Amino acid sequence: MTDNAPFAFTHENLEQAKRIIARYPAGRQASAVLPLLDLAQRQNGGWLSRAAMEHVGGLIDMASIRVYEVATFYTMYNLKPIGRHHVRVCTTTPCQLRGAIAVVDACRTALAIELGETTADGSVTLAEVECLGACVNAPVVWIGDDYFEDVDPARMNAILAALRKGEAVVPGPQIERLNSAPDTGLTTLANTVR
Amino acid sequence: MLSDKDRIFTNLYGQADWGLAGARARGDWDNTKAILERGRDAIVEEMKNSGLRGRGGAGFPTGLKWSFMPKQSDGRPHYLVVNADEGEPGTCKDRDILRHDPHKLVEGCLIAGFAMGAHTAYIYIRGEFFREAENLQGAIDQAYAAGLLGPDACGSGWAMDVYVHRGAGAYICGEEMALIESLEGKKGMPRLKPPFPANTGLYGCPTTVNNVETIAVAPTILRRGGAWFAGLGRNKNTGTKVFCISGHVNHPCNVEEEMGIPLKDLIEKHAGGVRGGWDNLKAIIPGGSSVPILPKSICDTVLMDFDSLRAVKSGLGTAAVIVMDKSTDVVAAIARLSRFYAHESCGQCTPCREGTGWMWRVMERLVTGDAEIEEIDMLLEVGYQIEGHTICAHGDASAWPIQGLVRHFRHDIEERIGRVKAARASRAA
Repeated sequence: MTDNAPFAFTHENLEQAKRIIARYPAGRQASAVLPLLDLAQRQNGGWLSRAAMEHVGGLIDMASIRVYEVATFYTMYNLKPIGRHHVRVCTTTPCQLRGAIAVVDACRTALAIELGETTADGSVTLAEVECLGACVNAPVVWIGDDYFEDVDPARMNAILAALRKGEAVVPGPQIERLNSAPDTGLTTLANTVR
Repeated sequence: MLSDKDRIFTNLYGQADWGLAGARARGDWDNTKAILERGRDAIVEEMKNSGLRGRGGAGFPTGLKWSFMPKQSDGRPHYLVVNADEGEPGTCKDRDILRHDPHKLVEGCLIAGFAMGAHTAYIYIRGEFFREAENLQGAIDQAYAAGLLGPDACGSGWAMDVYVHRGAGAYICGEEMALIESLEGKKGMPRLKPPFPANTGLYGCPTTVNNVETIAVAPTILRRGGAWFAGLGRNKNTGTKVFCISGHVNHPCNVEEEMGIPLKDLIEKHAGGVRGGWDNLKAIIPGGSSVPILPKSICDTVLMDFDSLRAVKSGLGTAAVIVMDKSTDVVAAIARLSRFYAHESCGQCTPCREGTGWMWRVMERLVTGDAEIEEIDMLLEVGYQIEGHTICAHGDASAWPIQGLVRHFRHDIEERIGRVKAARASRAA
């Protein structure tokens, strides 16, 4: 897809866009710009073309320049094409302390690309991101819509290999552990209903 | 130690169903109508009596904040906005509430909305929390279907709508005025206060912005009474709190504990202690990235609440405890935070936009020791020039970690600079 390719929401997404706009008061439809850009990005294969931004602006009566301003301010909008899997490793201090740099290095080695690059086969785009807000499960890697937690280089390699082969990967903690509870078992709430 | 019967978030780890049936089994939505029938003033009074202070970091008394909303509408609608843009490094407590106990938040939205005359609540959740937003939306849909939200919420006659609004990856949107701007469809650049949001907030209307945990504890406080909550913790630092323990501990975890628990007890009872034992501790950031770091000597005895941590020139912040053992390069750990603040500055105010990047670059040189001793004080001085000279607290927050580092670890930095100078001198000789 090129930047000049025309863009319009599918019928289904247009209906979804209308439901999103309806969450905000009349005359305040500009509030819908973030969710609509997200919807457009998903339809457009993971990135926002200029045509997609302008289409969104048209739906909510927002000048194109205002839409570009928003799209360039927020880090979750990709303004150029990305790989099928967007692998984003958090390296902020809590993840850094638990070995995130080694996880980044494992990605760079396994994929033979640098941060911000996409593999030649178009399967993976690699990026470094700031705090993902799952710090007691550090290091955290965010792929697609899911968090992979308690990751180490060996586990990272296995995840990348599976992704590139098109195999399923299970998100969440990559060690034996119930979400954010201590990995050795509960210190509280042990007798609550399950 | 807090007993399970006094814990509010009994599904913190997702042991049980997060949906409506599970939530009801845990006591949520139990005769919410009766709480609303007490009336707006009684609810605000009970919240004041509980002593609850906002759980988003600043610790402002919640009941008082709610009371700032106009008693009568002047024709403009009132809004409740819930800040679920959790992103303060070290902090991951709201995530567990959103994904495992979302009904506590949704019920809290109804009660808080009613107490401030708002018929609409927006929950602004960080965009990365996609799965968490799914559970939250699921809980809201269940609440509408059961008549708990909608035109006659819980049969109370009060109309209440709750909407999820996903952000798109900008830490600054956790600042309340930036959040409001973002919710209006703009770049997340903070607005100058005053006017305060209680008068002129979302769409220019009276608005209160509260953290997820703050709103989610409200229903339990109103059921069990402000006196129950106030009986936990210490004076002016009451209740329970979800702590996040990350970094160099044996078993990192989230846990709900009593306010005022000794930091050492918190780590040893729930996180399996510091890696290599307590004596292997170097330093702890006790309340999320913005609060100043503490050396082991203070960590030995300090209590985990707003006033105890303020007394040692740090803060409870979001109660995110980042533990560093003796293997840690503390200068590098703080330099990484400087990079974070530089990356996340919205760029609106010059001192922050330019200063955060400048401080980060100096910090990187301090990591390698490639600096002059005088630059340590110059770094502090630049921090003081940023602090208080920006629209929001991002600039201040970028200076505090560095101040804490220099206060307690100046010798580490000086030693490093000295070593580099000595190596250069010996090469030159």
